[in-house]
Formats: sequence, structure tokens, C-alpha cells
Amino acid sequence: MRQNILIAWRFLIAKKRAMLMSLAGIVFGVAFFIFTQAQTTGFEDFFIRTILGTNGTVRVQDEFQNTITSMMVTSEDQDGQFEIPLREGRSYVAGIRNPQQILQAVRKFSDVEGAAPVLRGDIQISSGFRTEAGRAIGIVPTEYIEVSDLEYQIVQGDLRVFENTPDAILVGNRLAERLAIMPGQFMLLSHLGQTRRYEVTGIFETGIDIFDKTHVFIHLQEARRLLNQMERVSYIQVMTKNPEKAPALARQMEHALGHYVASWQEREKSWLEVFRVLRLSSALSMSTIILIAGLGMFNTLAIIVMERSREIAILRSIGFSRHDVLTIFLFQGLIVYVLGTLVGFVLAAGLTKGVESLPIRIRGIFSTDHFVVTWSPWHYVAAAVVAGIVVIIAALIPARRAARVEPGDVIRGTGG
Amino acid sequence: MNDSLQGPVLETRGLHRTLGGGADKVHVLRGIDLALDRGRTYSIVGPSGCGKSTLLYLLGLLDRPDSGEIHLAGERVDLAGEAERTRIRGNKIGFVFQFHFLLSEFSSAENLMLPMLKQGRMDREEAYGRACHLLELVGLGDKTGRRGNQLSGGERQRVAVARALANDPELILADEPTGNLDFQNSLSLFEQLQELAHELNRTILVVTHNLELAKACDATFHMKDGVFEV
Repeated sequence: MRQNILIAWRFLIAKKRAMLMSLAGIVFGVAFFIFTQAQTTGFEDFFIRTILGTNGTVRVQDEFQNTITSMMVTSEDQDGQFEIPLREGRSYVAGIRNPQQILQAVRKFSDVEGAAPVLRGDIQISSGFRTEAGRAIGIVPTEYIEVSDLEYQIVQGDLRVFENTPDAILVGNRLAERLAIMPGQFMLLSHLGQTRRYEVTGIFETGIDIFDKTHVFIHLQEARRLLNQMERVSYIQVMTKNPEKAPALARQMEHALGHYVASWQEREKSWLEVFRVLRLSSALSMSTIILIAGLGMFNTLAIIVMERSREIAILRSIGFSRHDVLTIFLFQGLIVYVLGTLVGFVLAAGLTKGVESLPIRIRGIFSTDHFVVTWSPWHYVAAAVVAGIVVIIAALIPARRAARVEPGDVIRGTGG
Repeated sequence: MNDSLQGPVLETRGLHRTLGGGADKVHVLRGIDLALDRGRTYSIVGPSGCGKSTLLYLLGLLDRPDSGEIHLAGERVDLAGEAERTRIRGNKIGFVFQFHFLLSEFSSAENLMLPMLKQGRMDREEAYGRACHLLELVGLGDKTGRRGNQLSGGERQRVAVARALANDPELILADEPTGNLDFQNSLSLFEQLQELAHELNRTILVVTHNLELAKACDATFHMKDGVFEV
């Protein structure tokens, strides 16, 4: 085996330029595969973190009742009648009528880390001479911080002051900018002719532009008075231990509670699909680069097999088997693969690290001021697997051709 | 005494070989019977296309006969499978071809070490020692580290001869070994082959066009149209 590796290595370095080109292809293919995956996954993960930190993993929403449409059928002898259910449907009642009961039930699910009632309503927000349309979110602060990242999203002011002040309000940073308002100042919220006054105790930034531009947090009791909704809540926000299992948990809850329950995956389906397509698209593009490098390597190895047919014949005549010849050429592919993948890994890590500190201002579905990347070993594994498959195919075909060389034919052809 | 050391080293019975197919089909060998004794040199001469090289490749297990038998050191080898043929080639047969076919990326000594290490009977150090010894025997003791492209044509062919002896084979098959050399080099190489055969008690079968060289062998077979002439 050692001889086979040695011969493979010597054959390989005899074709330095061609092999360096193939090697460069594998290096760049692997590096950019990992690099693009790190970026697309990075932004996706950042989006998910933002969403979970703002909306929780699961929301228990409107109550529903199953409805059945049926048809009465009379038997041919007119003696009997029976009912055939035709279609099952649902009718929804907005919000949650008995939040405490539902909260208790939700907290009994083992995967649930926290649950908080939320009352939401559209309002007019006024400060000085400016008025903006917005949305009030009524929360119980101590419960809500268990199901969100609100305590980390406060960019000005103090969440503790908000917790201890019944008529306090937290304002989204974009809304605060538009209303030119700061902590310590007062603002008015109006709903259906009723207006109440609140003291701004903090400015928050979730990173979701539309949320930060339109939303304010007030205490649940205040929201009940303002929105004139003394019993119901709009939904219960839930945080679970394993966000990936949220869809299954949502189905269980829905069945048990008789309320529509939406997981974060369902709510953000369209954006998650966009990220998935982007990730797949970049993986395919980068795989194409690896494939092209593989074609280059196939070409080089095929030329080596043609040029080396006499050496292959002599190797066979001195006791090397077809299998040995096959492995010599497979090793050439393997050497390029191992070197290319390792250098590709290093280049990918360097590029990822470098781009991580690059400034970029993004405001939209999330907010960031620099490139976001994810460091995942699976990106490296995936790149290695893709490159491995390409290299195996690229090396196997010429290697099999080399193993099929008939030494007698080759020597007879050149020896006369 | 071992039976394999008593009878002929190589024996063939009724070897037939056809090359090509359809209209191009050529009956190259038409029943070859041959027996080669240990420690002797043999030559095969004949016009181009008479089947000399084809016979040599059959004897070297690089090709298979259509019919007939080949016995090497008392063992029937024409029916052996691929792996067994490879093993026999590596252990019992040495080849010298018209073209040296040295691996140009390897030094003279390394070219000799490859077949030795392949058989796994010695470690690197032992193989290197034997390679140097064999190169010494062919007069290239001072060129063990030279690569093929740093040697003259005659020197390369002598490295090829030394390589054929690497695993101490029973039989050395040489196909026009001096075909690419001038007369002086041819003579020198041939004398060396003969000396080695007698010194090491090995059998050498040479295919050649050079009648002068052929006459120097212990016995000569004349071949025409795929059969030996009496």
C-alpha cells in the first residue's frame, strides 16, 4: 500500500501545473461552499433568534369549535333514516376567553419554559404635535420576559422602572425617533375615543423594523382599560425548551386546548422558505464550482492514464495487480481531495472570520450593523462530502481505465 | 531434492494464440512446445510478425493462450486466476523489454526496490541494499540515485536488467533487450545477461532479431508463422 501511495504522489507531482489547477478548484469550491453557507445560515439563524426573542416559539390564539355539515339519508324502504357527515369545518372566536385556565393548561406541557398573556390592539399614539398609528401590547412584565428577549432589547431606560410603574410605556426605537420622544417624557394613547397618558420608561429595539416602528408595551391591566377588554386576551405567548419541536407541540396544544395554536415555523413560513431556497441555491452554485474542479481533475487523471500506459504495463509486469493500479490512481484523487479540502477549510475559516467584522446596515425583517455568520461544523462536513463525491467520481473513471490496461497490448504496441 | 528444481523451469505444450477478430483474425501461434532448463540461455529468432513477442507475453503471463499448457517450475500456470498470475509474475518472472520503461520519477535504486517491496519479503533498508548490489552487478553501482532521464540509453537498459533480477526470479524473459542500443552496448548488455544467468543459475529466454547475439546463447529456436522450425 505504501508503494502505491508513493507512486501516486510521484505521478501527481510530475504533473504539477495541471494538478495545482485541480487543487485550486477544490480549494475554492470547498472554501466558498462553507463561506456562503456560513453567511446564509448566519442571517437565517439571526432572523430566527430575532423572531423567537420577540414572538416566542408558540402562540395560543383564537378559540375554535369544530363544525360538521351532514346530510340525512332515508333508506329505500322508507323505514329508516341516517346521517352522513359531509365536511368538517371550524368556526373561530377571536382571542382567549379564559386566559388563566389556558395559561395553567399550557404550563403543564413538559417542553414549555414560560407562558405569558398578551392583549393587543390598534391605537393612536401622540406626542407633542405628532400622532402615529400604532399597536399597544399589554403584558405582565415578569411573565413576558420569560417568553421573549425584551430585557435584552431595551436600548434606553430601565425595564425595572417599567415593571414597577403601572402607567409606564416602552416604545419601539423607530417610533420614538418619529415622535422625537425619550425616557421620562409622556405620551398619549387613544382607542375608540378613550385617551390615556403614559410615562416613557424605556426604548426597545427588537430588530424587526415594522415592530419597532409601530409597537408599544404597556401593562396588561392598562391595556384592558385602554382597549376596553376586561376579560379576554389576544393570545398567549409561549417559549419552549426546544424551538425545533414547536410544530409538534403546537398540534398537541391545539388538540388539548381547543384553541388555534401557531408555531414560529408556521408563522414565519414564507421567510423561512426564502432562507431555505437561498441556502440551497448557494450550495448548488458552490457545488458547481467543485464539479468543474472535478472535471478538471478527471481530465488531468485521464491524460496521466494515457501518458502512463507503458509505466502501468511495467508495474503490472513486476507484480502490481489491477487493484494496485486502481488504488494508485484513486490515491492521486484522494491526495488532491485531502489537500484541497484542508486548505479549503482554512480559507473558508479565514473568509468567514474576515467577513464577520465587515460593516453592513440591514433594517427590515431584522436589524444588524455587520455581517452575521454561523460557525457550524456541518458546513465543513457538507463541503467535504460534496467534494468527496465529485473527486471519487472524477478519479474512479480514469483509475478503472488504468486498471484495465493490458500490459501485453501496450508493450506489443510499443515494442514492435 | 525439490521436484521443481529437477525438471525444466518452463515447459509449454501445444500453445495456440489468435489475435484480432473477423477479417483481421490472425492465428499467431500454432502449437508451440517448449522446454527450458535451469541456468541456461535461450534465444528465439524469426522474421517480424512470426509470433515471437506474443509467445513471450504468454510465457510471462501477460496474456492468455487460446489453448495449450504452460508449466513454470513444475506448476501449471496458464489456468491461474488474475491474482495468482500477478503473484507469479512478481515472484518467478523477470522482464526486460526493448524499451526500458523505467519510472522516470524514481531513482535507479527505487525502480529496483518497487518490485521487491511489492512482494513484501524485505523491508526498505534490505531492499535498498539489494538494489545497490544488483546495480553494482550491472556496473551502475555509482548511479543508484540517478533518475532515468539522467542515464544514457545503455545505462537505462542495464537498470531494466537489474530490475528484472530484483525478486530473484526463476525465469527472465527479454524482448529485444538490445533493440534500442548500438552494437557495442548490445554486446556488453548481452554478455552481462549471460554472466548473470550462469552465476545466479537462472534461465533467460531472449527474443531478438540479432543473429550474432542469438548464436551466443546456449540454444536458439527459429520461429516462422507461429511454429518452431526444426
